[in-house]
Amino acid sequence: MYVAVKGGERAIDAAHDWLAEERRGDPAIPELSIAQIREQMALAVNRVMAEGSLYDPDLAALAIKQARGDLIEAIFLIRAYRTTLPRFGASKPLDTAAMRCDRRISATFKDAPGGQVLGPTFDYTHRLLDFALAAEGEAPVARQGDPVAGDTPRIMDFLNADGLIQQEPPSDDTPADLTREPLEFPAGRDLRLQALSRSDEGFVLGMAYSTQRGYGRNHPFVGELRIGAVEVVMDIPELGFDICIGEVTLTECETVNQFTGSKSEPAQFTRGYGLVFGQSERKAISMALVDRALRWDELGEEDVGAPAQDAEFVLAHGDNIQATGFLEHIKLPHYVDFQSELELVRRMRREAMGEMKEAAQ
Amino acid sequence: MTLHDPNYNFAYLDEQTKRMIRRALLKALAIPGYQVPFASREMPMPYGWGTGGVQVTAACLTPEDTLKVIDQGADDTTNAVSIRKFFQRTAGVAVTEQTAQASVIQTRHRIPETPLIEGQILVYQVPIPEPLRFLEPRETETRRMHALEEYGLMHVKLYEDIAHNGEISTAYAYPVKVEGRYVMDPSPIPKFDNPKLESAAIQLFGAGREQRIYALPPYCRVTSLDFEDHPFEASKADHDCDLCGCATSYLDEVIVDDAGGRMFVCSDTDFCTGRREGGHRGRLSPEDMA
Repeated sequence: MYVAVKGGERAIDAAHDWLAEERRGDPAIPELSIAQIREQMALAVNRVMAEGSLYDPDLAALAIKQARGDLIEAIFLIRAYRTTLPRFGASKPLDTAAMRCDRRISATFKDAPGGQVLGPTFDYTHRLLDFALAAEGEAPVARQGDPVAGDTPRIMDFLNADGLIQQEPPSDDTPADLTREPLEFPAGRDLRLQALSRSDEGFVLGMAYSTQRGYGRNHPFVGELRIGAVEVVMDIPELGFDICIGEVTLTECETVNQFTGSKSEPAQFTRGYGLVFGQSERKAISMALVDRALRWDELGEEDVGAPAQDAEFVLAHGDNIQATGFLEHIKLPHYVDFQSELELVRRMRREAMGEMKEAAQ
Repeated sequence: MTLHDPNYNFAYLDEQTKRMIRRALLKALAIPGYQVPFASREMPMPYGWGTGGVQVTAACLTPEDTLKVIDQGADDTTNAVSIRKFFQRTAGVAVTEQTAQASVIQTRHRIPETPLIEGQILVYQVPIPEPLRFLEPRETETRRMHALEEYGLMHVKLYEDIAHNGEISTAYAYPVKVEGRYVMDPSPIPKFDNPKLESAAIQLFGAGREQRIYALPPYCRVTSLDFEDHPFEASKADHDCDLCGCATSYLDEVIVDDAGGRMFVCSDTDFCTGRREGGHRGRLSPEDMA
């Protein structure tokens, strides 16, 4: 009898119970703690914070645990939670020149004031599975050194001082915020950067890679990549002065890109910029490349029709929560619409067959 | 009214956000068929699951409301159950399955068979609000086309349908013109439902992922696009409901056995139940039902 869609409520409850059991896995195996995920899955935590647009390592770790390690699902949990948070105000612009750098490298100069600091990077590891990790051993201890005192100067500032790189006009305008206002086009660079910073890492990586392979090439050099903690300073009106309310770890990437010039303007390098929560350097570099590709118009370049040059294409499709939601929604029931198509196709076939029969007679 | 979960504001969204949505709703009602951008929030259900409709419903609900939620015309489809539970938890409002009892109805893909009356609000979940989207993928372009009332592309598409297939081959999300001005996507309802778009109720359309709200005020003129020699036809399966015998309701086709046997039943479960309770019988009604 007709029972196909009955019992929805019971089915949902049972599915949730089963999911909870599967999430936990074999109860004979010790449960993961939030602190373990935060400390030992730090790069996953960073990605969830970056794309979730919420800097809270503990909540990100909780989301990863709840999502069974599905990072997009974890990002979704963080985004939904973020919606419920009141907004108290905005911080002062972060001063990344005052970053306490764990890592700071430049690919454009052999050395520079502040030095090349490799930091905790996979870059020069050999990707050989370390079977020793399968056994639980002693916690490794790295050798200690003295921290570099003072601010680390920006590589870009050296180029800037010589007029070799395009100037960015300073502005005190409040940046746009796509989490408060609907995204509309054309989108200014502030909005584009915000969108890219929250965009799916894989999507931004693919877009950036496409520019390297010739779809809107912009000859990038990593002028500087720095990772470290930055103070968040806020002006509290009741106090009448600025105070530091905490610090966040960021990855910042500034690229030096192909130069432009004309009869009136001498040749100058151009810039791309990436800034992402946590240690997320693949994302930050990708972001800088895509940012640069999207600047073709303001820099007087040609639109070669490359996907990475198309702000509407990049911004409308980079958000993995929007993308995964719309993609996966096609598994929801659509039988009413399907029924109407079924009838249409049957009728069109009937008519076509009738015509073919007539033609044959 | 029962109490709502005290951990959340009434109907989940904070008052600021609800005000923002209400402003968009008022603008949408003032310009029927026009897509108003709004700062859609991330909801605790995925985009594509009705986040636009949920936000519109949240902005409309008062504690005295009675809510009905349907998906595919049915109150017991999984996502309808899930959304209804969400508002029971976060707003504590009364819920009903009866169209006539509801003050707010959230729907996906159907308009109830029972005619709506003044004072009721029908909230649609909308995946792609832009009727021109599949003809022109760029938002900047389609907004310009609406502004200039440049709908030639749509008419060419409908004409090409007829040239290729002998008829307009759009079976759902069939485009309409509102008050002779804006071309509007009625959301993916079957075209059978299009005539019901002219209604005594307020109709609100929410597209969460696409950040758009649009609306049809009561008694607003809504015309399905067509040609004089190919007039619009609200079609349905050529059967009667096998449970209640109704010959005029929209039907689901259900495969009932391995041999491909079919039955046809009303997609609107409340409507069908009401008719059966009123003594109507269909081809496959159990004998003991009388």
